[in-house]
Amino acid sequence: MSTQEYAVEQVHRDDIGTKIGMWLFLYSELLLFGGLFFMYSVYRFTNQSDFHIAAKNMNIFIGTFNTIILLTSSMTIALAIAAMQRGKTKLSIFLQFLTIALAIFFLVNKYIEWSHEIAEGNYPGSPTLLAKSHGQILFYGLYYVMTGLHALHVIVGATVIGFMTRFSIKGKINDKNYVRLEAAGLYWHLVDIIWIFLFPLFYLII
Amino acid sequence: MEKPVGHQANTHTYGKYIFVWLALLAFTAITVAVAGINLGNYSIVLAIVIACMKSYLVLTIFMHLKVEQKAFKIFLFVALLFIFITFALLFSDYSFM
Repeated sequence: MSTQEYAVEQVHRDDIGTKIGMWLFLYSELLLFGGLFFMYSVYRFTNQSDFHIAAKNMNIFIGTFNTIILLTSSMTIALAIAAMQRGKTKLSIFLQFLTIALAIFFLVNKYIEWSHEIAEGNYPGSPTLLAKSHGQILFYGLYYVMTGLHALHVIVGATVIGFMTRFSIKGKINDKNYVRLEAAGLYWHLVDIIWIFLFPLFYLII
Repeated sequence: MEKPVGHQANTHTYGKYIFVWLALLAFTAITVAVAGINLGNYSIVLAIVIACMKSYLVLTIFMHLKVEQKAFKIFLFVALLFIFITFALLFSDYSFM
């Protein structure tokens, strides 16, 4: 089949291009988070003992729990795409809802965690925090910026998946045309990968 | 000739996704368990290695890189190479200050 016939058969669509576009966007995200990870590595290197003291205060349980939630949500969106490819629209829509529910669950935990930290007085610029050593202040600054930016990505990702669910219900995303769902999935997996690195760097320094 | 280009191939079975998910959970369990043991400077190395292994699974299976065209893999390689170069230059500076 020539390219010409192919173009007649379906409206002009470049699925590979769409995915490359999404990947390019993900690389721009890598620059954003990469810079923060570099900053983290240098500050940790120059303030090793302070980072250890500050990280002792982190809640490993809630961190681990959130890791499990995000990993599971990554699987559910991957399964949602697989289901859509196989024409199982209802299953796919259910899995997309499940992914959004897990994202909300993650954010609720994040809220509980941050509230706890703030109640203890460990928020940027607080008198309790400013009384601590320079390295500990840096640790908390990075903690709030990096997990905060990540949480923002979770919100955006869940919103994007919400739109995809709407498209799926309306039949705009179907077993013939699901590249948008794939692109949303790619974004969601990036959010997962960032968390895979944030988790040991902030919660598991003992 | 294959019909919608790059669309038929890039899928895995449900079982594979579930298997990868279980592997990711296992890695998480290992990384948490190991964090409790004091290995000095090796703790951070081990944590990063496990995080890289988890990312590899997510990239290859969940993000379909394993079955995607070669261009996608080259893109990622170049991106990671530059991260590595930046990191190496950064620490060639800080390690000797």
